[in-house]
Amino acid sequence: MKAAARFGPYGGQFVPETLMAALEELEEAYRTVVPGAAFRDEMDFYLREYAGRETPLTFCRNLSGDLACRVYLKREDLLHSGAHKLNNALGQALLARRMGKTRLIAETGAGQHGVATAIAGAVLGLEVEVFMGEEDMARQALNVARMHMLGARVVPVHSGSRTLKDAINEALRDWVANVQTTHYLIGSVVGPHPFPAIVRDFQTVIGIETRKQVLEKEERLPDAIVACVGGGSNAIGMFTPFLADDVALYGAEAGGEGLDARHGATLCGGRPGVLHGTYSYLLQDAFGQVLESHSVSAGLDYPGVGPEHSFLKDSGRVTYEAVTDTEAIDSFLYLSRREGILPALESAHAVALARKISAGLGREGVLVINLSGRGDKDVAQVAGMMEGSP
Amino acid sequence: MTRIGEAFAARPAPLLVTCTVAGDPDYRTSIRIIREMADAGADMVELVMPFSDPVADGPVIQEAGARALASGMNTDRFFSLVREVRELTGIPLVVLTYANLVVQRGIRSFYREAALAGADAVAIADVPLEEAEPFCTAAREAGIDPVLFVSQTTSVPRMKRILDLAGGFVYVVAAMGVTGVRETLDPAALDCIRKLRRMTDLPVVPGFGISTPAQVMACADAGADGVIVGSALVREIGAHLEDRTGMAAAVRQKVQRLKPEAGLVSPTRL
Repeated sequence: MKAAARFGPYGGQFVPETLMAALEELEEAYRTVVPGAAFRDEMDFYLREYAGRETPLTFCRNLSGDLACRVYLKREDLLHSGAHKLNNALGQALLARRMGKTRLIAETGAGQHGVATAIAGAVLGLEVEVFMGEEDMARQALNVARMHMLGARVVPVHSGSRTLKDAINEALRDWVANVQTTHYLIGSVVGPHPFPAIVRDFQTVIGIETRKQVLEKEERLPDAIVACVGGGSNAIGMFTPFLADDVALYGAEAGGEGLDARHGATLCGGRPGVLHGTYSYLLQDAFGQVLESHSVSAGLDYPGVGPEHSFLKDSGRVTYEAVTDTEAIDSFLYLSRREGILPALESAHAVALARKISAGLGREGVLVINLSGRGDKDVAQVAGMMEGSP
Repeated sequence: MTRIGEAFAARPAPLLVTCTVAGDPDYRTSIRIIREMADAGADMVELVMPFSDPVADGPVIQEAGARALASGMNTDRFFSLVREVRELTGIPLVVLTYANLVVQRGIRSFYREAALAGADAVAIADVPLEEAEPFCTAAREAGIDPVLFVSQTTSVPRMKRILDLAGGFVYVVAAMGVTGVRETLDPAALDCIRKLRRMTDLPVVPGFGISTPAQVMACADAGADGVIVGSALVREIGAHLEDRTGMAAAVRQKVQRLKPEAGLVSPTRL
């Protein structure tokens, strides 16, 4: 049976005809190869022995004291490569190899997905090219260097806003031209069907582990879970195993300079439209031209969002709130100083929202924050912003 | 019969469909370019309504789209431009755009407005068969031909389903990849044209990567009813931004050079 191409009205396959055969081939492989024991064993091996799963669920004494509830961090920052992106990159790269593809292409914003794809390509023997906006290459220079050292080619994207949106455009254009040899290893739960379902399923390991770990430690489910949402892959991976439970779910979007100024909060400040193969919330003008997003965090600087998040917003199951650049930087420093953990600027948005919604939980309330990545890549940027301020 | 159907029925030689981006480099010059194309012998004009994120387009059309958007092109002005062109010439007009601009207008409203303005067909680069139904239905209600795409990666059963839904003509994506000038025609594209020719009475019209008279001839020999030339013409606009008179002359010359002469078409097609 074919997987549903839509989440309510959202999702679909808005791509040029030339790509449809590749999407059908991918869906077929995903349906037949991924559930098989051989693939599962191989995937488990790479996640456990290579990437370092499972990642801890860390109880944070200092945060728990500050926020007057029981706070846990899901430590995707401790995964090999430094972010949750590797879960999906390994899964799709293994799938691509089984499909006989020899080349991987990827888009990247913060560079974490590019690094994850470079790692997966290196260990699995696949050629890797990563499309990255010029502006992002400048603000995430460390990750550009890491990709080069891992043997990947980084292709600078000069068009449009020179960020993640334009990197996806270029990756799609490359894929149309090289579809026979190449797999497009998309990094978030965006793009045409079946990508949002594939990426979600490879990231759901985050939520499955969290559920088991919190039941072991607290003997009950958490009261609230918070994750950041750009495209939304770490959030979907965390939320999915809890959707049927009585657990409050919160997504932190990039509020940038505020919702009445430049921002990247697609669900809070956009309306539905079609971009990159999918129908979902979108930042756009009255005619449907896509607007440039803004965020201090390159990984959240995207005017679209995964279609399943649009569905979860409309259904009311997940609450999405915007967190400003200033709040995110404040929480970046807060977590660093209080717990000795430098979070990625993306994940710092989740920490900031957790600090806001913790108020009503009570001393025995259990709060889980998905710490999707570590902040080493952001150190130079934040240090630059701190200069001149006390 | 629609204006497009009449154009194909009336011609013994393959039709030359010339492409330009509405509003490139600005509203007025764009109208002049379209008129120039019609005067120079183009049989049909493909008018691109520019989108901020044109994933099917190569650098030449991307840059033209960016120029047009920067000069203020939007959906309102696009329809007004089509109306003005329609007052000047009876040449069939095919609108080429991307899904979001149609969706944001309201699918049915978009096709009604397009028909009122005088457009004859609409093709949407990122609407494949899976998403086509609401667009094709609204098009037919409004009297607009819904042009759909076929590529060399399209299977024969899928081609049949596409041909059942399509109207006006079937657009053959003649190159793997984005729009843009290419040295040689992909033999797989010519096979695709031959295959479609046997399968349908709808006109078969390749586009993407076609820029020389020899390529036009090769498509005609394979059975194409017309050819679409885009980037090769749009490039002339980009190359003459400082010289509007030279721009019009360059476009005119290019169109005249591409125009297939009835006598040059191979005997099998006549």
